[in-house]
Amino acid sequence: MIEPRKKIKVATTSLAGCFGCHMSLLDIDQRLFTLLEHIEFDRSPLTDIKNCSPDCDIGIVEGGLCNTENIHVLREFRRNCKILIALGACAINGGLPAQRNHWPLAVLLEEVYHTSPGPANGMIPNDPELPLPLDRVHPIHEVVHVDYAIPGCPPSGDAIWKVLTDLLAGREPELGHGLLHYD
Amino acid sequence: MSQTFTIDGRVIPFEIGQTVMQAASQAGIYIPHLCYHPAFKPNGSCKLCTVKVNGRQSASCTLRAQSGMVVESDTEEINAERRTLTQMLFVEGNHFCPSCEKSGHCQLQATAYHLGMMSPHFDHFFPDRAVDASHPDILLDFNRCILCSLCVQASREVDKKQVFALSGRGIGTHLIVNARSGRLADTDFSLADKAAQVCPVGVILKKRTGFAVPIGQRTYDQQPISAPGKVAEEIRHD
Repeated sequence: MIEPRKKIKVATTSLAGCFGCHMSLLDIDQRLFTLLEHIEFDRSPLTDIKNCSPDCDIGIVEGGLCNTENIHVLREFRRNCKILIALGACAINGGLPAQRNHWPLAVLLEEVYHTSPGPANGMIPNDPELPLPLDRVHPIHEVVHVDYAIPGCPPSGDAIWKVLTDLLAGREPELGHGLLHYD
Repeated sequence: MSQTFTIDGRVIPFEIGQTVMQAASQAGIYIPHLCYHPAFKPNGSCKLCTVKVNGRQSASCTLRAQSGMVVESDTEEINAERRTLTQMLFVEGNHFCPSCEKSGHCQLQATAYHLGMMSPHFDHFFPDRAVDASHPDILLDFNRCILCSLCVQASREVDKKQVFALSGRGIGTHLIVNARSGRLADTDFSLADKAAQVCPVGVILKKRTGFAVPIGQRTYDQQPISAPGKVAEEIRHD
């Protein structure tokens, strides 16, 4: 009897992102069934598994780094995934969240929490369980080595499909005209 | 009989006085470039159009064509260097394509697509740069300036106004507006000026027209920048 081929283990996460890239992952549509013949999802918002297994083949990271928890999760992904993919503009260059980088963090917190109308009765949240915000938002390649990037805001389902199927087929992923987009 | 040289093995005819870039463009060969514009004297600053000529590198926009030259342009080695230069341009400024009105019409972005740039690779500078919205018809977003100086040339040579200039040195070089206040509103700049139409990126933007064309239908969504005449068409678009 032929043993069924081991499936590729894929973990995904969203850091400082909007989940739009994960929506695009779902935009792969019916081809997800084809994909699921070859891959299984490990830690992901799609499975709600909280931590990466130590033997993940591919880690897909959406979003940049805006707080200490983002860095913790990213390092967990790098540690446990053989191949790490930056998915979308925020993971690649900080994206929309990085547009706060021109202002000091204190000014931003003042603006958000002390400007009427504001939440929390004008108090800046300081619960010790909250991750500390970074002074600047960073793309993920500034903290860990990233193997591949899929640009776009978000990348199309077709672009994600192309990169994943290229990798599954043992090819260097390549996005030609029409699939390579930064917007 | 016209004289010839070769680019990537293809024979290119040229007239005396033409640059490699001019002869290549005339022959329908695309050499990536950002600071070059056919209407202006080349300044060779962006170095994207670097080619290898008889084994040595040179900017093709400033190099006069000579008979028998052997030019290499579309090679993996040269394109890798162009890609690195493009990545540097991206990290030195604040190029957030999804929120840029010029996205899809931008030569920097389209050149990066052409070169297969998947990520900026280097650490981002995230520089602090101003936006000047003082002018009634034009927005200046200095975050996207790549110092090509086309607006400087256009304003000086065509518009005869000298509205723009590059100031500072090295990494501190930046585009300035020639008014005591530094504001565009305090110049005689006009939408009809040539300088308002040559910016290859999203610095000089016409107000109240942004995002008029949906993603997927924009200049470089239709055809890549390497398509014949695409750069000239893009300039007309503005």
